Parts: sequence; structure tokens; C-alpha cells
Amino acid sequence: MTDASMQTPETGRHSVSLTATDAHTRKRANAEKRFRAYGIAAIATGLFFLVVLFTSILSEGIPAFKRTVISVDFTLTEAQRTEAEGELFKTKAYSNLFIAALKSELDERGLNVAVDEAAIERLLGKVGGTIRTFYSDNPDKIGEPVAFDLTASSRVDGYFKGRVSRDTMQDSRFLQKSDLDLVDALEEAGIVKQAFNWPFITGADSGVDNPGGAGIGASVVGSFFMMLVVLGLSLPIGVAASIYLEEFAPQNRFTDLIEVNISNLAAVPSIVFGILGLAVFIQFMHLPQSAPLVGGLVLTLMTLPTIIISTRASLKAVPPSIRDAALGVGASKMQAVFHHVLPLAAPGILTGTIIGLAQALGETAPLLLIGMVGFVARGYPDGFLAGFTEPNSAMPAQIYTWAARADVGFYEKAWGGIIILLIFLLSMNIIAIILRRRFERRW
Amino acid sequence: MNDMSRVEREVDTNEIKLECRDCQVYYGDTHAIKDVNVDIEDKTVTAFIGPSGCGKSTFLRCLNRMNDTIDVARVEGSFRLDGEDIYDKRVDPVQLRAKVGMVFQKPNPFPKSIYDNVAYGPRIHGLAKNKAELDEIVEKSLRRGAIWNEVKDRLDAPGTGLSGGQQQRLCIARAVATEPEVLLMDEPCSALDPIATAQVEELIDELRSQYSVVIVTHSMQQAARVSQKTAFFHLGNLVEFGETGQIFTNPVDPRTESYITGRIG
Ligand SMILES: Nc1ncnc2c1ncn2[C@@H]1O[C@H](COP(=O)(O)OP(=O)(O)O)[C@@H](O)[C@H]1O
Ligand SMILES: [Mg+2]
Repeated sequence: MTDASMQTPETGRHSVSLTATDAHTRKRANAEKRFRAYGIAAIATGLFFLVVLFTSILSEGIPAFKRTVISVDFTLTEAQRTEAEGELFKTKAYSNLFIAALKSELDERGLNVAVDEAAIERLLGKVGGTIRTFYSDNPDKIGEPVAFDLTASSRVDGYFKGRVSRDTMQDSRFLQKSDLDLVDALEEAGIVKQAFNWPFITGADSGVDNPGGAGIGASVVGSFFMMLVVLGLSLPIGVAASIYLEEFAPQNRFTDLIEVNISNLAAVPSIVFGILGLAVFIQFMHLPQSAPLVGGLVLTLMTLPTIIISTRASLKAVPPSIRDAALGVGASKMQAVFHHVLPLAAPGILTGTIIGLAQALGETAPLLLIGMVGFVARGYPDGFLAGFTEPNSAMPAQIYTWAARADVGFYEKAWGGIIILLIFLLSMNIIAIILRRRFERRW
Repeated sequence: MNDMSRVEREVDTNEIKLECRDCQVYYGDTHAIKDVNVDIEDKTVTAFIGPSGCGKSTFLRCLNRMNDTIDVARVEGSFRLDGEDIYDKRVDPVQLRAKVGMVFQKPNPFPKSIYDNVAYGPRIHGLAKNKAELDEIVEKSLRRGAIWNEVKDRLDAPGTGLSGGQQQRLCIARAVATEPEVLLMDEPCSALDPIATAQVEELIDELRSQYSVVIVTHSMQQAARVSQKTAFFHLGNLVEFGETGQIFTNPVDPRTESYITGRIG
């Protein structure tokens, strides 16, 4: 009232025109405009960092999904095979046959470079063995032309992806400068091509020398078994604990204490759970090291508080009138909870569980301590039960391992692994959103 | 106030259904109900009136032990339903609540179909042997709730999709489906519009032929229209209890008179 009376002391507000904005109103409008600008700036900054993050992840990680392939047409006659099988060094014989084929292909196109056996091994690995295995598996292909797609070694791959160049490279047992002449010739001949790197998605980890052969498949399986353990333990335990605390437990000091502790547990650094897991599950209970079972148990401890907190929140959100209604027609407390409250809280519980699982899926620190990092997952577990107990890695642990390796070839693998991990996390979050939308009830 | 003459004519004494003696309720240290003695008669509508916060709901909730669900609440005194103490250790509150049904202030149908709303009570109490019997109970209850004609074609529709007045009548149908002997209603019309209120009041009058009805209301007109007995509560005390006509025309206690004439409350 004060500003109005200041302008027209006698008549009060009525004489002030609505179209004439006074100083006070202008001030408020400006404050509002400024606040909006701050908000937009904050969102824009957030979006900017998100875009930077995604472009860097994609630009660094996409090359991991491509591999360099050297594609050579090769025909093995029955006579050649008999001859090679008669030799003392059989794979060497096959290798020589392959080199001859490659040489003639290059010659055909008028490219004259030296193709020696050692260089081929550096470029393509043990070609002879690969060819010999192929023909012993497919004897009917003898005599026909077969296109062999041989994965080029990581350094050659790096040469095409710009990681390795003539100026920066040093001669090593992996690649020598002179080999690059051969590589250039192969490229000119159109023998080199880029293919989708299936082995990266389906394969297992390789040795520290062989970034080209590294795949994330085995650790995806490891993560899967861990998540099974986490889901199987934390959902029932978490939901049962929340229902008890929310619906049945008396309100006293003891339950207050439990409540405070659960909230605190949610804030405990995950590495603490890791060392707890190491002490309890491995050193005391002697469960196998590096096993998804142990990883799952540790992550269960970590996920429980998240699930309990979100479950209790969704139970609280169910209106008390529903409980009264059920009790009023003579339902027992348990019937009221299980017939009415729990179904209404279910979407919230599921969403919380999925978010908890997504957190657990991306967790690395506790896995450091129970030996799931640095472990070379060279194969898939044999069978379902073995999946829980056989040593394995997990996606984030695998990424960490690759990032820590010396060979730069692993760098793009780590980024590629992050893309795969993000795909899993995003799909879990999308599922959570869909569930929430689909089952949300209004009352 | 024409209704009052009608109420006076109908005064007659029924046998006592619920006998409450020396009732005390404490919420922690708060003494919410003090020395209340009331006899609820069978086939009668008893109204509880009084200013807000005087303990009407609290006392009503003692009659079907709904206060058991509140941790801090403590109930003392004797409550006898047909001569049996309902706070006896051997009494299962779940069974009691099937006998003493309750309708709440805000309509609170389950977010399920109309059919399932009504069928829930009979199902958990095992009142129907088969689907046909259950169908029969549902129809009978919905008819008693005076809502059958409105919902008979959409029993599968959600109960929460009905209008407020329909929801409340559905809740009444749900309460009568378990064949209660006493029906407690806590301000059943306070969330309803006048037309829905009139429908529910009419329904209460019909229910009187079979049940003992206890209704909490803060509308004195409503108490006068639907009840035969009225209890006036004030600050946790039962100030006056008697024939509705007498309470409204010739109150004994000065506090009753000032509440009815609008001076307190
Ligand atoms: N759950 C509760 N916990 C503590 N005090 C309560 C609770 N419910 C009611 N009360 C108290 O008991 C008194 C009576 O409340 P209530 O029975 O709801 O009154 P009314 O229904 O007549 O308006 C009030 O003082 C209220 O604050
Ligand atoms: Mg009340």
C-alpha cells in the first residue's frame, strides 16, 4: 500500500492507472527476468557440458567398433595341401602359400614390394595356423577360391586410425617402419578394408600385448551375473525391510536409530563396501576371488539403502485413506499392505530398484578390492552356475583395466567400453521411466 | 426445522447394541476423551456433534478399534457389543471390524474396479462360496448403497472414476457387504455437494431398518434430519446425550444450547 499512497496520498490506489507501471512493479519484473536468465544460463551450461561429454566419448570410442581387415582371395589345391601336411613345420608351409598368393595379387596390380614372412606375422599374426585350421574344419572348400578376412594387428589398425604414423613410430617387434611400405601397397591394392568389430562386442579380454583382440563380451556376462545376484538379494530384502519399517515397526528410539543408519549407509563411499566384502566374503567366508557372486554380494550391500529409501518413499506416498479403507472392512494389517498398499507402491519400488541396479552396474571402486579389476577375462564361463563362481570381470572394471594398460591401442577400447556401458545404463533408465509412466496411478 | 417434528414422532426405544462406560482416550499425554458413557441402540441413527477437535472421530474410532492403528493412542474403559467386551484380549480386531463397519470422511474407494471394491470384504472374510454367491452379495450391497442402478452396467470400471457422491455410496456399499451390525460414519457428507448429501442422508435413513448407525457430523441440520439420538461432545467430554428432538429444542446444558445457537464451535 505504501507506494500507492506515496503517489496519490489522498485517493489511494484507485486513481493509479493499470497501464502505468510504477517503480516497484518494474523492479519485481526485472528481478523475475534476471532469475529466468540465470535459470536458462544454468541449463545451457549443463547442456554444453553434456554435449562436450558425449561428443568426446563418441569420437574417442567409435573407432573401437571398427577394425582393419586384410582381405585376400586364396585358393588351396588338394596337391598343395598334401604337400604342406607332409612338411615338418606345417603352419609355416601354409604361411608361405599365403604369402605367395598375396605377392601374386600385388604383382598383378603392378605393386612391387618385398613381402617377407616376419613382416606378415607382424601385420596379421600367425596366418598359417589360421588357414590350416580353416581347411581342416572345412575340407570341402579345398580347390575353391576363399576370401580370407584377416584382422590386422593393432599397430596397423592404429596406422589407419591415425594413432601410429611413420614419423612417430619406433621399430619394435610389433611393427617396423619398413612394414608400412607393405601396408601402403596393400591399401593401394584395395586389399585393406574397415569392418565392424564384432569381436570387440562378443569377445573376451586379450593379453596386454594384443589390444586388437580385446573384447568386452565376457565382462558384460560378468556384469550380468553380478546384477542377477544384486537383484535377487536386494529387491526382496530391501522391500521386506521397508515394509516392516514403514508399516509394522513401532515408532521408538530403536527404529529411529535404524532409520538414521540406513540413510547414512546410502552415503558411505563404495570403496568401504569393497573392503568390507574383501574382509567378510573372501578372507572370512573364503568365497572365490574375482567371482561375480562376491561382486554381487558387495554391490547388494551398496544397493540396499537406495532400494530401502525409495521403497519407503513410495509406501509413504500411498494415501493413508487406502489403508483405513482396507482395515475398515476388516482386512488384517498384512492384507491391507499386500492387497492394496504394495500394488500401489510397486511402480515406485521398481523404479528405485532399477536406478539402484544402474548405480551398481557402473560401480568400480568396490570391485577393485575383490579382485575383479586387472583380471584378464579370457573366456566365457562354462554354464549358468559357473557364471557366478568362475573368475570374471565386470564392465566398469574391464574399462578401468584397459585404461590402465600401457599400449595405446587399449585407449580406444576403454572409450568403446564406456559407450557399451552407457548404452546399458541408458536403457535401464528408459525402462524405469516407462515403468513409472505405465503404472502410475492417480487417486 | 420442520424435520424436527417428524423426528420427535419416531422416538421409540430399541435394545442397546453398544454400551460404552467410563471411556478414556489418550494420545500420548493428551487426554482426548474423558469419562464418556454412551449407549448406542440397535436400528437407530445416533449422531455425534460438537465443535471441531472435540474428539468425535476419536470416540467413533474406539468403537471398531481403529485407534489400535495409531501408535500413541491408548483407550480405557468398557465397550460392550451385545454384552461382549470388544477390547478383550481374545477379540481379533479384524473380526470386530467386519461386524462394525466404517465409512470415512473422504470417499476412499480402492483404485480397483467397482466390483472388486465391494467384493473385497466378502472375499477376505470368506462370505461367498463361489462366484455366483459373490455376484449376489455385490449386487445386494450396491442396491443397499443406493448406487446399483448407476453402476450396474460398468462394474468393471474403476471405483475412483465415479463422482464424489457415487464414491461415498460405493464406500457405504463396500461397508455393508461384510454384513456388519453397526455402521460407523465419520462426517460422510463433508466432501459432498448438497445433492449427493441428500442421497446419502436418504440412504442412512434406509439403513436404519437393519443396522445401528453412528454418524459424526458437524452439520446440525444433518443431525436433526437423520438421527434419533444425538450426543454433544465438547473438549473431550460428552456434555449431553439424548433424543435428537429434545437436544435441539430443549437442551439441558447451557454449552449445548450455545453450540446449537451458534455461539461456540
Ligand atoms: N493421531 C492423533 N495423534 C495425536 N492427537 C490426535 C490424533 N488424532 C486426534 N488427535 C487429537 O485428539 C483431539 C480430538 O480429535 P478428533 O477426534 O479428530 O476431533 P473431531 O473429530 O471431533 O474434530 C484433538 O485435540 C486432536 O488434536
Ligand atoms: Mg473428525
